[in-house]
Amino acid sequence: MNDPLLNFRKNPQFTNTMIPDRFVRFMRKCVIWQFIRFTVINIKMLIVVSKSH
Amino acid sequence: MARVVVMGGGVSGHTAATFMKKWLGKEHDVVVVTPNSQWNWIPSNIWVGVGQMQKKDVVFPLAPIYKKAGIDYRQAKAVSIHPEGKETDPTPYITIEYTSEDKKGQTEEISYDYLVNATGPKLNFDATPGLGDGNGQIGNHTVSVCTADHAVHANLELKKIFEKAKKGERQKILVGTGHGMCTCQGAAFEYIFNIEHEANKAGVRDMLDIKWISNESFLGDFGMGGMHMKVGGYVVSSKLFAESLHAERNVPWIIGAHVNKVEEGKVHYELLDGTTGTEEFDFAMLIPPFGGVGLKAYDKNGEDITEKIFAPNGFMKVDADYTAKPYEEWKASDWPRTYQNPDYKNMFAAGIAFAPPHLISKPATSPNGTPINPTPPRTGMPAGIIGKAVAHSICSMIKDGENAHIHEASMAEMGAACVASAGKGLFDGQAAAMTVYPVVPDYDKYPATGRDPEYTYGEIGLAGHWIKHILHHMFIYKAKLKPGWTLIPE
Repeated sequence: MNDPLLNFRKNPQFTNTMIPDRFVRFMRKCVIWQFIRFTVINIKMLIVVSKSH
Repeated sequence: MARVVVMGGGVSGHTAATFMKKWLGKEHDVVVVTPNSQWNWIPSNIWVGVGQMQKKDVVFPLAPIYKKAGIDYRQAKAVSIHPEGKETDPTPYITIEYTSEDKKGQTEEISYDYLVNATGPKLNFDATPGLGDGNGQIGNHTVSVCTADHAVHANLELKKIFEKAKKGERQKILVGTGHGMCTCQGAAFEYIFNIEHEANKAGVRDMLDIKWISNESFLGDFGMGGMHMKVGGYVVSSKLFAESLHAERNVPWIIGAHVNKVEEGKVHYELLDGTTGTEEFDFAMLIPPFGGVGLKAYDKNGEDITEKIFAPNGFMKVDADYTAKPYEEWKASDWPRTYQNPDYKNMFAAGIAFAPPHLISKPATSPNGTPINPTPPRTGMPAGIIGKAVAHSICSMIKDGENAHIHEASMAEMGAACVASAGKGLFDGQAAAMTVYPVVPDYDKYPATGRDPEYTYGEIGLAGHWIKHILHHMFIYKAKLKPGWTLIPE
């Protein structure tokens, strides 16, 4: 599997930004954690929606 | 009995028409004039463009929905507005030209008491030589995901690229904006990362050079001047997150670019520093600039008053402050609140059809005098909210007459929730889920970043994909006016 951290070396544009490490990438797809985030994001969105109507 | 005519059946027009019919009932007529026979959930076109959805998943026929709702549906394009009627009859009217097979080319006058212009944008491919075909349609060199049919074609072309890559031929993919004054960078952003995601699944990513090109002065501008989000105890710019995503996925970028010519396999561009360049491609999806649909307006004597009603870009003037002023003097209060035309109070513009007072992003011009900056987005949630506010106002005017309360929905006081897909899949999909509040920054209220950091937020993950997928089904359900549709917010 390609390691995105190696991309720092691929293009000078990439050297000054942040690239997620393995843990962050795992958590982005971890179903249990993402279900929690799903709930949190929905609440945040509902607040913004309610403030906008 | 009053008659309300809605020109356009997209997010804003459909929202306005369906709510007005519900609130006004059978006592009043609601007429929808739209050249399209089908409603399209445009945010999912990017998934059609990578073969993860079919056209039938993102469209449905309008006629049965409007029949059920009791809305008078005319499959036609609006041609002209006559807000003062004729010399002999002051009843305002519009002229339309039918696009349906049975009446194609026939014209008709439709009188109105209230008019909603929700015509959306004209996809101005011809603004860039080679991007269009010279007749207002997309040319042969690039693809688009702006319509469902465009997206179907884009997927067919993309599949050819993947096949070549599988055979060991290195392929160059270019995605972004096809002109210096484009908006809708978000759709291109979604498309490029969905291509990258699909290329990984197909095992051809190593054979693809994928590059981004856009008119943004920095990645993550999105036509909103970017945004600052609270993450990990810091308030950080969307630039960092956008660059991070590009770097993680190995997608380099050309920004501040005005694409000024497209040829077979090559784009020519000018950058903000005045330099020029070319970029070769085997497959390119470039979003065209938007313009008004080219409606004309005439007074009761038949004199052309188009310039009085419409801004030079073809969008309708509303209650915004259109006074030309430098960026430093732009105010949130410049933005319209009621979307009512200042000259004809029974006329409103909603969604993309209203003329914004100015850009949201900081204006930029190359040393050669070429303006290169994203124009303001007015799609999705704001378009729906504006459509509903206009519906409220017109219903109030019909029911309360002179004392009617005109509803307000300023983009400088409303937020937006946006989900940008970065790959489709129940367990391996990802999307950037974002909220901004307000859409137009208000530096008087929020001096630091122009927006409330408590409600301006973003994160990338599988949860965002789930939300985008649920929104797809939810908004199509709502647009089909199925039971409980009014409970689903815009």
